[in-house]
Amino acid sequence: MRLFVIYTLDGITNGMVYAAIALALVMIWRATRIINYAQGAMAMFTTYIALTVIRHGAPYWMGFVVALAAGMVIGAVTERVLVRPVESRPPLNAVILSLGVLILLEAIAPMLFGGQTQSFPVPVSNIDIVVGTTSLPVSPFALFTVGAVLVAMLLLFLVFQRTTLGLRMRAAAFNPEIARLLGIRVGRMLTLGWGLAALLGALAGMLAAPSVYLYPSNMDEVLVFGFTGAIIGGLESPVGAVAGAVGVGLALSYVSGYVGADLAPLGGFVILIVVLMLRPQGLFSFGRQRQV
Amino acid sequence: MLRGSTLVRHGLVFLGLTVVLLLLTSFVFDAYTNYNVTEVAILAISAAGLTVLTGINGQVSLGHGALMMIGAYTTSVLLTWHPDLPLILMLVASIATTGIAGAIVGIAGARLRGPYLAGATLALAVALPQVPSHFASIFGGNQGLSVPTPTPPPFLGANFTQEEWLAWIALAAGVITFFVLANLVRGATGRRFRMVRDNEVAARLAGVDVARTQILAYVISAACAGLAGSLFAYWVTRTSPSGFTLNLSLSLLTAIVIGGLGSLVGAVVGSFILVYLPVWTGGFASSLNLSSNVANNVPLAIYGIVLIVAILVFPRGIAGGFASILRGATRVLGPSRRSPALPTAPETPSQ
Repeated sequence: MRLFVIYTLDGITNGMVYAAIALALVMIWRATRIINYAQGAMAMFTTYIALTVIRHGAPYWMGFVVALAAGMVIGAVTERVLVRPVESRPPLNAVILSLGVLILLEAIAPMLFGGQTQSFPVPVSNIDIVVGTTSLPVSPFALFTVGAVLVAMLLLFLVFQRTTLGLRMRAAAFNPEIARLLGIRVGRMLTLGWGLAALLGALAGMLAAPSVYLYPSNMDEVLVFGFTGAIIGGLESPVGAVAGAVGVGLALSYVSGYVGADLAPLGGFVILIVVLMLRPQGLFSFGRQRQV
Repeated sequence: MLRGSTLVRHGLVFLGLTVVLLLLTSFVFDAYTNYNVTEVAILAISAAGLTVLTGINGQVSLGHGALMMIGAYTTSVLLTWHPDLPLILMLVASIATTGIAGAIVGIAGARLRGPYLAGATLALAVALPQVPSHFASIFGGNQGLSVPTPTPPPFLGANFTQEEWLAWIALAAGVITFFVLANLVRGATGRRFRMVRDNEVAARLAGVDVARTQILAYVISAACAGLAGSLFAYWVTRTSPSGFTLNLSLSLLTAIVIGGLGSLVGAVVGSFILVYLPVWTGGFASSLNLSSNVANNVPLAIYGIVLIVAILVFPRGIAGGFASILRGATRVLGPSRRSPALPTAPETPSQ
């Protein structure tokens, strides 16, 4: 029973990191109909920037803020410079383009920051909390991880649902042409959307790095699991993405706990296939399937 | 008998190509070149299969490296059990097992579109290499299984090296694969593939069984990956999970895009670039006396830049870009403004 609680809490913690990536993917997908395969690599890159800042004597929180800001800039620049020209082209062009960005970032990172695996600091202890004599199966850093992602989600929700800017961004994503007629600068909204998504990804990178360590491809698996969660959730729904990603986190945690750590990705794959066989559009997507 | 004449023409062209290639490997190329040429042939076989699937049938696969792994492990496990079995049997067995695996993936994939298919194949590429690590008793765990290099038959003479022999095998397998695929793509099957890619609804109205066509494309594509995987095992001489990373899958996809999506020649061009870009840029980087962290990653960085530039500047691939320059700007390549060589993946149904 105690093991089950440990695996569950672990799964939720990891799942929240995947959820941040999944949410970033869904935001970009809804706005530009593009899956950003470079999301993980961007997060890796901003985490390296944070580490450099921290190594130069700045406090963790300074690195944290710099990473999120860098994420926003990288995301916005990528959209404006690289993605904009392929937005109206066939979808595969965007796939290849984002793979190109992924490869480029994973090549530049070791040139700038060194290729060896590095440890990454935590802002609060990642040793389980002890109350009296019993140790609880949760660490302050796990609580911080879950809390940080929840706060980020809440802020995004407020921006999108309660501000004029959010309304403009939703309009630009929902129907670019009408939005443009209403005077919304659609291009700017898309750039901002990519920036916010990459900011969320940067957060995921900071939260994942203490446990997966920092090396150029450290976010590859996190990206795949986040993507898996987003697909299970249906790609259209932010709530679905978070639910799907936490589900993936739990499933991976149970498989690696009860069956074997090396089979965890296989477990994630099996769940993805089962869900997609039952609902090819994911669990939270209500679009109609086109039929003859 | 138009079909017959195409077959004969293709047959003669490919026969000539085989003779030229085999002569080159034996009399012109040195051992290192043969080693690289073998890799080009192996990647080209796999990339050609992916071209049929993604370029001609419109199904994206980010997990073709995992299919190559199935072929490689089929050969390696069989060789561990029965070291005396002939090479041709290994190739056939690998084609068979990977083809069956392709059918399973294809049945699942035929229900999926766009990013859903991409995500499922991506998850496969990450998940499958974990299997040999877990079942170490059969697959040798992370160490993998060693594969003996095939020895050339005695009648070729004492000076005939193992590198030459492997290059011969890989090139012959490549030429046969391209011969079969070139005929397939030009025939009725190829037309059905393209029809499903271009307009699923129209294909269905014309009586094409869309799901069956997509599964067939997956089986053919997987069979190529299996053959390539089997040869890959001989080429590397050790089959381990680390040989089939996500990078391999992504490299194959990018190779066919750089070469020009939907073109079999493009698959060869892309594979050639995939092998020789690191060789050339690696030499260039080491001549600049850069630190190892920089020098080791120059090929990868250039590869990423080539990919981005290729998509932004030559949307139809490098081969396509050259082709259109040669043909001149006057020739209209397709009815739409969109580049014809890159298919529009099936629309996602929801708004």
